[in-house]
Amino acid sequence: MSDHHEDHNHGFSHVMSPGILLGTFAVLIVMTIVTVLLADSELIPKGFDVHVALTIATIKAAFVMLFFMHMIYDKPLNTIFFLFSIVFVSLFLGFAMTDTEQYQHRIDEFNYNEVETTP
Amino acid sequence: MATDVMPAHSEPARPEDNYLTASRGFMSWAVTLDHKRIGVMYLIGTMTAMFLGGLLALVLRAEHLSGNPNTLPFVTHDVYNQLFTLHGAIMVFLFIIPSIPAALGNFILPVMLGAKDVAFPRMNLCSFYLWIIGAIFFVCALLTTGLDTGWTFYTPYSTNTSQTNVVLATFGAFILGFSSIFTGLNFIVTIHTMRPPGMTWFRMPLFLWSLYATAIIQVLATPVLGITLLLLAAERMFGLGIFDPKLGGDPVLYQHFFWFYSHPAVYIMILPAMGIISELISTFSRKPIFGYRFIAFSSMAIALLGFLVWGHHMFTSGQSEMVTIIFSVLTFSVSIPSAIKVFNWLATMYKGSIVLATPMCYALSFLFLFTIGGLTGLFLGALATDIHLHDTYFVVAHFHYVMMGGTLVAFIGGLFYWWPKMTGRMYNEFWGQISSLIVFVAFNLTFFPQFVMGSRGMPRRYYNYLPEFQVYHVLSTIGAFLLGFGLLLAAIVLIVSLFKGKKAPANPWGAATLEWQCTSPPPLANFEKTPTVGNPYDMNSVVWDPDTESFIRRGDVPTVKDEATPAHS
Repeated sequence: MSDHHEDHNHGFSHVMSPGILLGTFAVLIVMTIVTVLLADSELIPKGFDVHVALTIATIKAAFVMLFFMHMIYDKPLNTIFFLFSIVFVSLFLGFAMTDTEQYQHRIDEFNYNEVETTP
Repeated sequence: MATDVMPAHSEPARPEDNYLTASRGFMSWAVTLDHKRIGVMYLIGTMTAMFLGGLLALVLRAEHLSGNPNTLPFVTHDVYNQLFTLHGAIMVFLFIIPSIPAALGNFILPVMLGAKDVAFPRMNLCSFYLWIIGAIFFVCALLTTGLDTGWTFYTPYSTNTSQTNVVLATFGAFILGFSSIFTGLNFIVTIHTMRPPGMTWFRMPLFLWSLYATAIIQVLATPVLGITLLLLAAERMFGLGIFDPKLGGDPVLYQHFFWFYSHPAVYIMILPAMGIISELISTFSRKPIFGYRFIAFSSMAIALLGFLVWGHHMFTSGQSEMVTIIFSVLTFSVSIPSAIKVFNWLATMYKGSIVLATPMCYALSFLFLFTIGGLTGLFLGALATDIHLHDTYFVVAHFHYVMMGGTLVAFIGGLFYWWPKMTGRMYNEFWGQISSLIVFVAFNLTFFPQFVMGSRGMPRRYYNYLPEFQVYHVLSTIGAFLLGFGLLLAAIVLIVSLFKGKKAPANPWGAATLEWQCTSPPPLANFEKTPTVGNPYDMNSVVWDPDTESFIRRGDVPTVKDEATPAHS
């Protein structure tokens, strides 16, 4: 079905080089710093900050998966499955948090005591 | 290319080769690892759940006959709330979600692949027992306090107000979720690794494509339901502030969590049904399926797009305007792959030699009912009309047209189609056709009036109603009882066939997929040797043999032998 490399010996036939591992680590650190910087930045329109943060987080998760978890050596279809899973988590959290952010002021302004005392 | 003729109809060497007779006794079924037996046990379990859910529906409809409270003395307003909740929960979690994948899928998928079993037979059996445990939880909730939250368990009612045993029911749904994940995982691995030589992805029957797309949703979406229900139970038991605004929680967030699973779950319910219809339409039109790749890809498109439209259940929940507009736009996109399928089925039938056997009658019913169900979804996806129609009987009619007119009708069609293979017996064709006619007419009589009264403002889940709605309720109730009779007739036709039915040949319908190459019922190991694979929709590859009263493969039809290595290597 597929013509790419597979490991049927259940051993480590592909040792990740320290350079790649350290490079991945560096990318993750840089992206974390970028996320923190963008959190206070005025460049991002209001309401989109969640999506930017989640997009960066998704890319970081993809790096972890591909290099730390060695998925880059697995079947491409399995890699796509994992990537889709992460993207869906991002979309789910993104939509839900955007929505919550939009109507949060209504919850904050709501006076529960008033409701409970109303006959 | 070599020519290889596979005998269509070979008697098993010994009678015990038949999966039904290979071993006997309770334990031979209780601890079986055979996918066919597990499929049959799932079939009995899900049909029992459907019977129970159907009875609850009939009590609900009977209560609505007069429009006065206590038409049935034992149905108080509290009991009414419990009836519609349990009807919905049982039908969704115990019947519709597992019906096609776990019952028919378990039986047919490995045979259709030419394999001996699913990839993880023990996990398959475990999945069935998880289903049983989940069902026991539901029955316990039913027999103790009942459940009155609606099948959606919406907060804050389910966490703060309801006096019924919500935690028990949510744990039941949680366990059923694991059962569903196990089935999905098994199917994904089986399809990836156990396809026979020659069965490339695009030579796979469309029923398998639909089960594959369904399995992806089961594996990706169901964990979210598990998390949601655990959070709900934690809030109810320990007072955590997750969904309760008084404690800093957010009840709309619960709906986001719930529908992120439950909208894809709608496609868990309908996608396998679409797969069945693809098989039925092609076989009984005696034509190759039109637009094979489009139908296959549309299953995947539905599986993926289905994850992006959950917010259309929440237009009136207090969800923000911006997100609401985005979800409305996305909702319309999901109708495209569904429409692609319907047009391709119609094109398959065009100029076909249509045989109105019972499964085809159900398939034609599906086309009509699913199209109405799908198109009325557009009214609910449009923001302006949804404000008017939300939480009315229009919604009830819409999802019953999709879930019942779609999934249930396709399930029964598939059951009639594969019944000879599963049991080795032919049913009475005439009474099967009559059952499909009654189900079709009665279904429309039940649910079409609900569209009318819903658009005129009759809210759903109301115990009584204004006099102007009575005529619609009476029509709907008459239809419901007639529908119950039609389904009972279908069950009787199938059960009677077990005792009086003619012995089924290997291939009674002239289909070209692999499951029709083994005997009916299949031997324990399905195939003595891995079958060779041809085009699953080449109807010219089989021809009627009057001697065996079965379709057999033409001797001059070349089957593919150009791939020397197994598909999974």
